[in-house]
Formats: sequence, structure tokens, C-alpha cells
Amino acid sequence: MSEKKQFIDPDLQPRTVIGPNGEEIQINPLEDYFCSERPKVHEPKRWKIFEDFVNWARAESIWVLGFGTGCGSIELYPLLTPRFDAYRFGVQMRPTPRQANLMIISGYLSVKTLKRAIRSYEQMQNPKYVMALGSCTINGGMYFDSYNTINRLDKYMPVDVYVAGCMPRPEAILAGFNALKAKIKEGRAEGANEYAKNFDYYKANQKKIIKDWNMPDYNW
Amino acid sequence: MEEIIKNIEKMVVITAKKRQRDNLYFVTTGKDQAIPVITYLRDYEGFSHFVMLSVADWMEEGEFELMYLLNHPVKKVDIGVCVRIPRENASMHTAHHLWEQIWSYQRELKEMYGIDFPGSPRVDESFLLEGWDQIPPMRREFDTLKYAEETYFPRPGRETHDPATYMKQKLYPNE
Repeated sequence: MSEKKQFIDPDLQPRTVIGPNGEEIQINPLEDYFCSERPKVHEPKRWKIFEDFVNWARAESIWVLGFGTGCGSIELYPLLTPRFDAYRFGVQMRPTPRQANLMIISGYLSVKTLKRAIRSYEQMQNPKYVMALGSCTINGGMYFDSYNTINRLDKYMPVDVYVAGCMPRPEAILAGFNALKAKIKEGRAEGANEYAKNFDYYKANQKKIIKDWNMPDYNW
Repeated sequence: MEEIIKNIEKMVVITAKKRQRDNLYFVTTGKDQAIPVITYLRDYEGFSHFVMLSVADWMEEGEFELMYLLNHPVKKVDIGVCVRIPRENASMHTAHHLWEQIWSYQRELKEMYGIDFPGSPRVDESFLLEGWDQIPPMRREFDTLKYAEETYFPRPGRETHDPATYMKQKLYPNE
């Protein structure tokens, strides 16, 4: 195998820039790109009625990250057509992680893709949710004995809703959205906080299989 | 088609030949003769389309069998040029100068089977397996189930039962 590729460009050294008024500004590109802090647990609102109201609002704004990992992503496109019309549930697709709050892992995850999925998940803002489609994310599915696909997604990131099937039809995914909304309204969709609380556990599991870990532990 | 194979036989030693059907033939030749044969087929016989490069793992015989499949777009015939190379320190001459896309096949074979192609572009870069530290996974001695069980947290409850005996145990446990 070749030598490890650096995820961070080694040429990005700290430098000094002269500002418009002649002042010197110190710039460290790595601090601009990555934050070295660990994820934090977000406490709920002090009054339950406020928390319930916020959760109701969150449940009505499910913005999905357009990230297809396996064969299941082909079942996501019909959701946006008039036939299934996910918009009536407040569900829409977003192109970047920072605009989305729901990540759909749509099928089997190879180790190479898992690394990208973790990066995308960590870049999403709280509160964030994960929906896992298909039996591949539950127990490995038909790829349970593969050398390169994970068996259980919940060992690597907290999963709020599983949608069973191989592959689930768009109707099943809509049912999954409704289950997720019910869970958010009850205040039980605490995946992001769980990730922050058990950060070391998830990182250890991730690093066990991603052998060329060449990025910061938490990058967002 | 028979005539083309006769022409090849005049050039190099062919250890085996097989007629699969009227428009598909296979010839087996040596490691050093394969690339000249493929070049001849491309330049003189008109097999201008490269279909694929695949490998079969003959573990018991200690050999890999590489197969270069070529297509003649006018005559609508295919010919597969097979090469047997030893499994230990497997290495083969690169053919990316004939068809440029062969480098990606060779890179994948290097990663999945450990067959080296010296001189092939980017052959040492990982294709799918980033940071892989085991033996190449498509070699037959690699136990993929054992590796998956040790690595990927199998979910309990996947064991399968023979339906007849299982139902008998459940329904008539005393018989």
C-alpha cells in the first residue's frame, strides 16, 4: 500500500497577513478549518412546555442530507416526486451537512464510505438525527460476511430510527419519517447528545475499523 | 477464428485453446508471450475493443489465471487470452500502453489479489481498501467471514436452523 495520504495539507502553515489598516493578523488555517473541541451535550430548556414547543417545531422541519450510501438511495428519489411527496411532511433535501438535520444512511456502508459519513455527521448542527434504511444497517443484511461493510450502524453513530426492508419502499420511509417525528415530539430523539456523552466509545469503534485515520477526532 | 488462432500458434506456443462457441475462443499462453499476442490481435487482426481483465484464483495449483478479453467490433467475435502466473510474489507485465483503461483493472487486481504490475500508473494507491493491513481480501485463503465476525460487531440472532428439525423441536419436543 502507498504511504498514508495527509487529510490536512501540510503546506497550511500559520502565517501573518497585513490588514487594510496596516495591522498584522495571525492566521492559522487549521483552526479555521477544524475545531479542536469535543462535542457538547445540549441541556433541554428549563421549562418543559418550552422544550415541547421547540421539539414540535423541530419535528416539522426535517431537512435531509442528500447522502446516498448504498442501493437504498435509489428509493429516496421517488420521495421527492408528486407521487410520494415528502414535502407534505416537512421533509426536504439539502445538499450540504451544515444545512441538514437528518442523515439517512441508505443501505450498506463500506469502511471507506463510513469515514465520509462520520465526517458529514459531525459537520451537521445539533439537533441532528440519523435514520438507517435496510437490513444492511441493522445486522449487515446480505453483506454480513463481507470484509469491507459494517454490520451494525449503531456502533459507529447513534441511530434514531431504523426502517427495515431490503430495500424499504418509499412508503416505508415515509412511515419512518412519521416515527421519527413522533420520537422528536416526545423528546426522545437525543442522538446528538448521546454521541457527545459516549464520544470516546464511538471514536474507539470507528478507529477500530478505519485504520488510516488521518483527520482530527471531531471535525465540524 | 480458427485461422487467427493458427496465426497465433505460428508466433508463440499456445498451451491450451478452447472453443466456447462460434464467436468466443480462449487461448492460454505464457507470461512473456501474452502481451505480444494481445498486441498482435489488436494491431493486425482488428481486435480493437478491450472488454475486461479478470483473474481466477487457482489456489490448489498455486497459480493465478489472468484473462484478457478482446472483442472484434466488425466480425463480432471475442477472444480471451489467458495467462497462468504463480501465486507467490505474483507479478505480470503491464498492458496499459495498449489500452489506457487497463491501468484501473491492474490497480484493482493489485489491491484485491496482490498481483503486481510494475510500471502501471498509480498501481500502489489504494482503490477501495484504505489502510488495509491484512492479506489481499479476494485471495481464497482469506477467511472473510472470520474477519467480518472479528471486526464488525455481528448482531446476535443471525443463526439459521433447518426448518424441519427446528419445527419438530418446537412443536413436538418429547418425540
